[in-house]
Amino acid sequence: MSASLNITAATVDPALLDLPWDLPLENWPNETIASLPKGISRHLVRFANLSGYVVAVKETTAEMARGEYDMLRTLQRMDIPCVDPVAVITGRSDESGDPLPSVLVTRHLKFSLPYRALFSQQLRPDTAGRLVDALAVLLARLHIAGFFWGDVSLSNTLFRRDAGAFAAYLVDAETGKLYGGGLSNGQRENDLEIARVNIAGELMDLEAGGRVDDALDPIKLSDGIVAAYRSLWTELTGSESFSSSERWRINERVHRLNELGFDIEELAIKTDETGSRVRIQPKVVDAGHHQRRLLRLTGLDAGENQARRLLNDLDSYGATFAKANMDEEMMAHEWLIRVFEPVIKSIPRDLKGKLEPAEVFHQLLEHRWFMSQNQARDVPLAEALTSYINDILRHRRDEATVIAPPTGAITLPTAVIDSPNENWRDRV
Amino acid sequence: MSSVTFDNATRMYPGGTRAAVDQLNLEVADGEFLVLVGPSGCGKSTSLRMLAGLEEVNDGRILIGDRDVTDVPPKDRDIAMVFQNYALYPHMTVAENMGFALKIAGVNKDERASRVLEAAKLLDLEEYLTRKPKALSGGQRQRVAMGRAIVRQPQVFLMDEPLSNLDAKLRVQTRTQIASLQRRLGVTTVYVTHDQTEALTMGDRIAVLKDGILQQVGTPRDLYEKPQNVFVAGFIGSPAMNLLTADLADGGIQFGARVVPVDRDIIGQTSAKQVTVGVRPEDIEVSTEPGNGLEVHVDLVEELGADGYLYGHADINGKRTDLVARVDGRTHAHAGEKVFLIPTPRHVHVFDVESGLRMNAAVSAD
Repeated sequence: MSASLNITAATVDPALLDLPWDLPLENWPNETIASLPKGISRHLVRFANLSGYVVAVKETTAEMARGEYDMLRTLQRMDIPCVDPVAVITGRSDESGDPLPSVLVTRHLKFSLPYRALFSQQLRPDTAGRLVDALAVLLARLHIAGFFWGDVSLSNTLFRRDAGAFAAYLVDAETGKLYGGGLSNGQRENDLEIARVNIAGELMDLEAGGRVDDALDPIKLSDGIVAAYRSLWTELTGSESFSSSERWRINERVHRLNELGFDIEELAIKTDETGSRVRIQPKVVDAGHHQRRLLRLTGLDAGENQARRLLNDLDSYGATFAKANMDEEMMAHEWLIRVFEPVIKSIPRDLKGKLEPAEVFHQLLEHRWFMSQNQARDVPLAEALTSYINDILRHRRDEATVIAPPTGAITLPTAVIDSPNENWRDRV
Repeated sequence: MSSVTFDNATRMYPGGTRAAVDQLNLEVADGEFLVLVGPSGCGKSTSLRMLAGLEEVNDGRILIGDRDVTDVPPKDRDIAMVFQNYALYPHMTVAENMGFALKIAGVNKDERASRVLEAAKLLDLEEYLTRKPKALSGGQRQRVAMGRAIVRQPQVFLMDEPLSNLDAKLRVQTRTQIASLQRRLGVTTVYVTHDQTEALTMGDRIAVLKDGILQQVGTPRDLYEKPQNVFVAGFIGSPAMNLLTADLADGGIQFGARVVPVDRDIIGQTSAKQVTVGVRPEDIEVSTEPGNGLEVHVDLVEELGADGYLYGHADINGKRTDLVARVDGRTHAHAGEKVFLIPTPRHVHVFDVESGLRMNAAVSAD
């Protein structure tokens, strides 16, 4: 190993030093490589096991690795869903002392999946639609934070199951830039156009590989991100005006945003000179409305839709079992120890890696609903749980760190030298 | 293909005290390769982003051809940002990779096929059209990615520091290749860089910006031989031009014990007793004979084989001034020695000491 190896990390994991940094990434031995489905990348990215976690290792220039590391840290501080930057490693060289590219190490999010791992044989239109919707939400959140992505795509995103929907996480911040004064409409439009073209390309690629359902139309689906983004953006930032006698519309707007999973931190309210009309516009919105309520009441950390689902169950539990003088917190505590925890504890140890606890609970509720429909009776939770574990959960693959046949990654170097005498046109 | 016009284009950031780009007036001719260059924060990237539609134009207009695009969304401007977002899809053929964006744009099949073929011919990819990217070399993959931009037949290519992440050697190689391809395609191109060498070697013309203000626009030779002000004089050229404050004397400029002759008309333009003088390192004669110009103490000589650069310092009116002169690689002075420097006749750039503006004509070629 090179004596001048240089590691920059917030918290240094000594196991980092044991990875074979003196080998080019493409030559890393199989025992260090975790087999994860690869996306399409400009740079070579491989996944390695590190202290019980899976990390993504990307070879790039020192400048870009540092830039992206800093950007991911900044985004994390802003509560943007993104991968965890672990370290930047520069000064690598091989056995003969020749320099090797710098690398950026990020931590693979547990239970997060690349889009290519979200279907076994063929991608169905409804799954693709949910992926696109999740990406639209992520893009709107990034834009509200003033982040221009520059390379929006399914490949640059990881997805976590979120109670029937997906939650999207930013993976690749290489082309991104934060603008303190917010983004212009042109920048937002450009990101949307990049997203539309990239998503269509990715779906057409799956189509060319025979991996999509016949009913899936790549162009129609990629157009879907534009529509989903625009309606969300209008709801999150648009102003509306109404007669001052209709002030209930303020509450209605807050409620609509809550339903979408956002809280309003700041709302601008203006009345005209006569006082007869009111104009409102959200100024600061914050994602995670249901996540925060669930966390406050139960200490559970879940996805937004999972949180919504759990809260619905909690609320209906409260409606059924509430006693006089019992406040919301007490009710939540009771639901947690009487309903949620027993379910999670009864999941056999060997099945714990299948799904996140909140997702298990969501699926169990779904399963009970289907059972009740089929049998035309109220199926008790305990009975549904046994059936769910044996008939469904046991047959799922482990998604904590998905191992699936890797799809080929085509890397596109910014520039390469194949041989010193090559034709110049080989290098544009 | 089309021309590009910045017409008094101005960008003010909210809360900013001065314009990031201040009343930019610039015309890029049809098919021209124009380089925007300047130090960090000069407004070059902002100008490019204004043209791309990513930055609001607060005042003035931007035209592509005769069309005012000031308020047109980026995707409707008929421009291509090259070297961005160019993923290649493994299951699609080279032809599909190059043409899929046209399919999304609703271009019909025959038209797609003919545009892809045309681009493939230009990029020498014709024989690979039915292959998958995996079967291509790294360089060929890059050409496919470039093909994606070419088939769109944009009016203008925009490139924002595309070489900034390459190492020095690759940067040198790649820049000539981009310039050659641009000339083959003949597409109007606006290219942003902070590197003046890149600008000199690539551009048909170069626009130099500083603090959001266009300093000068011209061919590489124009900028080198007739910089309009002290900033451009110091920015263009490597090693940089020597710039020093010198006393005016009867019929010329005082250089140590000697007077370098300058036209009386030029001296007549200023009421000051001094001027800023610019001399390129290659336009200096070095002598060991005392009194033969400005006395300079040699600090270092950088050997480059046939040539070398002599770095030294002089005392001009009590102020230490650093100087660089190109010297013969075999016979030159050494560190610690004393030499006398005098500009070669008619290779002196004269600038007003107050305004920094150029006072004389271009230096002559002889």
